Amino acid sequence: MSADASTSVNYLNHDRSIKSWLLTLDHKRIGILYLVVISLVFLGAGILALFIRLEQIAPGQDIMGPDAYNQIFTIHGVLMVFAFIIPAIPAILGNFVLPMQLGAKDVAFPRLNLLSFYLYVGGALIVLSALLVGRIDGGWTFYAPYSIRVGDSILFVTMGVFVMGFSSILTGVNFIVTIHKMRAPGLTWNRLPLFVWSLYSTAIVQVLATPVIGITVLLLFLERLLGIGIFDPALGGDPVLFQHFFWFYSHPAVYVMILPAFGIISELIGTFSRHRIFGYRFVALSSIAIAFLGALVWGHHLFVAGQSALASTVFSLLTFLIGIPTGVKVVNWVVTMHQGSIQLRTPMLYALMFLILFSIGGFTGIMLGVLPIDIHLHDTYFIVAHFHYVMVGGNVIAALGGLHYWWPKITGKIFNETLGRIAAGLIFVGFNLTFFPQFITGSRGMPRRYYDYPVEFESLNQLSTYGSWVLAAGMFLIAGYLLHSLFKGKKASANPWGSLTLEWTHTNRLPIPHNFERTPIVTRGAYDFHLAKDLFKDEPSGNGVDSHQVPDLEQEGRPEA
Amino acid sequence: MGENGSVFLPEASSSFASEVDALFNFVLAVSTVFFIAVVGTMIYFVIRYRRRSHSFVPAPGKDSRLLELVSIVFPTILVLILFTWGFQVFITLSTAPPDSYEIRVRGKQWFWEFEYPNGVVTVNEMYVPLNKPVRLKMSAEDVLHSFFVPEFRVKHDVIPNRYTTVWFEATKAGEYRIYCTEYCGTQHSAMLGMVHAVPEAEFNTWLQNQDQDIPLLDLGERIFSQYACNACHAIDGTRKIGPQLNGLAGITRTLDDGSTVVADDSYIRESILDPNAKVVDGFAPGLMPAALGASLTPRQLDGLLEYIKSLE
Repeated sequence: MSADASTSVNYLNHDRSIKSWLLTLDHKRIGILYLVVISLVFLGAGILALFIRLEQIAPGQDIMGPDAYNQIFTIHGVLMVFAFIIPAIPAILGNFVLPMQLGAKDVAFPRLNLLSFYLYVGGALIVLSALLVGRIDGGWTFYAPYSIRVGDSILFVTMGVFVMGFSSILTGVNFIVTIHKMRAPGLTWNRLPLFVWSLYSTAIVQVLATPVIGITVLLLFLERLLGIGIFDPALGGDPVLFQHFFWFYSHPAVYVMILPAFGIISELIGTFSRHRIFGYRFVALSSIAIAFLGALVWGHHLFVAGQSALASTVFSLLTFLIGIPTGVKVVNWVVTMHQGSIQLRTPMLYALMFLILFSIGGFTGIMLGVLPIDIHLHDTYFIVAHFHYVMVGGNVIAALGGLHYWWPKITGKIFNETLGRIAAGLIFVGFNLTFFPQFITGSRGMPRRYYDYPVEFESLNQLSTYGSWVLAAGMFLIAGYLLHSLFKGKKASANPWGSLTLEWTHTNRLPIPHNFERTPIVTRGAYDFHLAKDLFKDEPSGNGVDSHQVPDLEQEGRPEA
Repeated sequence: MGENGSVFLPEASSSFASEVDALFNFVLAVSTVFFIAVVGTMIYFVIRYRRRSHSFVPAPGKDSRLLELVSIVFPTILVLILFTWGFQVFITLSTAPPDSYEIRVRGKQWFWEFEYPNGVVTVNEMYVPLNKPVRLKMSAEDVLHSFFVPEFRVKHDVIPNRYTTVWFEATKAGEYRIYCTEYCGTQHSAMLGMVHAVPEAEFNTWLQNQDQDIPLLDLGERIFSQYACNACHAIDGTRKIGPQLNGLAGITRTLDDGSTVVADDSYIRESILDPNAKVVDGFAPGLMPAALGASLTPRQLDGLLEYIKSLE
């Protein structure tokens, strides 16, 4: 194979027709399709967030009326949760990376994988088509009976979420089978990259919990269409039952959002510390434990909703218990850095940001688990701040870290490191400026989903709005330099960061359509850097800029795995 | 921090607010310590173990059972303490004292309605006596709402077809905003009320004077149904255990001693306040409690009188 990858066959250039993209069965290309669509969703829902913040810059009406505002926060929530955060990491990075990390040619069911993508796109379009029918209102939680009374648009939103749910289930099934059946020789469970473990536990939740939201939104659909009277109190239904059903899925869904983020953080911290993950087994198995325990804590969303005091007490206890494996993971990541060899490249900056922001999200989560504190904080901006710290500070930051980390493998190009660091800084500052004040407005009493607010909350809301501009500047900067790198970026080497997982060590700069020339044989764990010293022998490996670094497989042949 | 609130918390104005705050501040303090420890360690490692040589591969870190065990057991003990402490305060918050003063609360799109035991109904303005437990019996008329008074640290969803309750004992006189914290539509953020916590004497005076702005006839009708007068007195011409009241005004009645009396204002008023002074022929004396009339304010009595006279 030629050293010049542009003349060699790779997964991008082997067929350039539109059809070859739209009907591709290649997990890498499907990952890129997801990347494009999900990025568009993120852009749209993010712009809506800027409108929300702009309206909140002062009390009273600023740029829109209450009906417009209520719709915007609803659409922002629905798109971000169901069409962005849930699929983002598994569908984009999981699809692209998982088979390569396993040493496999593709996922177990490539056609099913493509179907998942189109179900996702179809579901998202059905949700958006609701705008043609009427208002999308009521918040992303669709609490009955308000959601039923909004109008027929709810039929489209619920159907869209239902369809997207199938995308999620099929991806989960696909990943589970792939991980069980397609690992390369020698890739035992104890040698799996932690990203694989996290996708595995995510897939379990997707397969077990997503059907529940499917059933729930279907019931809501029937409630609206036929008035069957399950949730609507006017028909003798029970609105609290809806909340139980809803959170029975949507709490596990929180782990669909955060578990893959944990996986990415493990990859980043391992690679950029060049160190074995401390307590590898614990980190791996705790994800599985969290996946199951996550199904038992939904009731902590209902402490003030009318469930019994006894139920609230039990759910409070379980909530604390699930916090512990999560907290221990954070400790493990920090200890991994001990006596490592730490390099602060852009992806690692995101990993460090994750540790800070996710810790804040976690500690405030513990706070919310304490019953009397939750009674005060429930449904206030404190909750808004908490879940943005977990979902953005956790999931989105990890996704950005992962995107930067795998960008050279996806595109063959390296982005501008200086701009990368500046953008990471902007995001860190902007994020905290946006969401930290909301802890205070919330605990001082400002409810969420508020179009207007009493004047005493004005200064903190203003701060939050300014923060959203900084955050947006960071995001647009990232989009700018990533797109720029596609055309003008320096060529990356096959393994620019000095990683040990198969997608870096055993593929070309741009992988070939079936990933590997030969099935790799694995002889060490994913983070056994001390067993792979050859990789780092001569050259300044892992600085990510020069195009010729060790290990350049195309020149040196394959190093011993 | 303290009863006047902190950066994070508003003023503490109910009997258990400072208990909630103590918990909040405890979690905040412990979290802050842990957070600084974790992030501080992280920053220290990043500086101390920064990559000096590109070819350097550190020795693999050893897993430490002890560290794993400590990092599991120690937080577990902490959260169990938190849980137990939280549970105790939760019991206080969930259990209204039996002698609580009960106010009926109805959440509607987009206002709050408060009904007092004497039938007074107010909109968005709730008066409560200081240092006296108040229990709210709440329900919604249309969609979900949620009753929240930050200074009292109380919140509960308000649901159609179901009663939910909160209780509190206001300990500081003042005005406290009531928020709706469950999204309920266009004017969700305008669904604001106000609790006026006032000394008990002032509260009683306020309650008495609340009848002033209702037309006498409406007031009377409300008192009539609230006191369930029609349980004994028919207003449709049928016979119950008390004399019928429709068409009463101005007629002449025969009493059980054979005398007659014209049913004028004074007669009706006397029959309410002292039911056994004149007993209509054919009805048993001593059935109607005199205490009913005694509990009425003068204006309520006037209203009731007008209402009875209006019955045909």
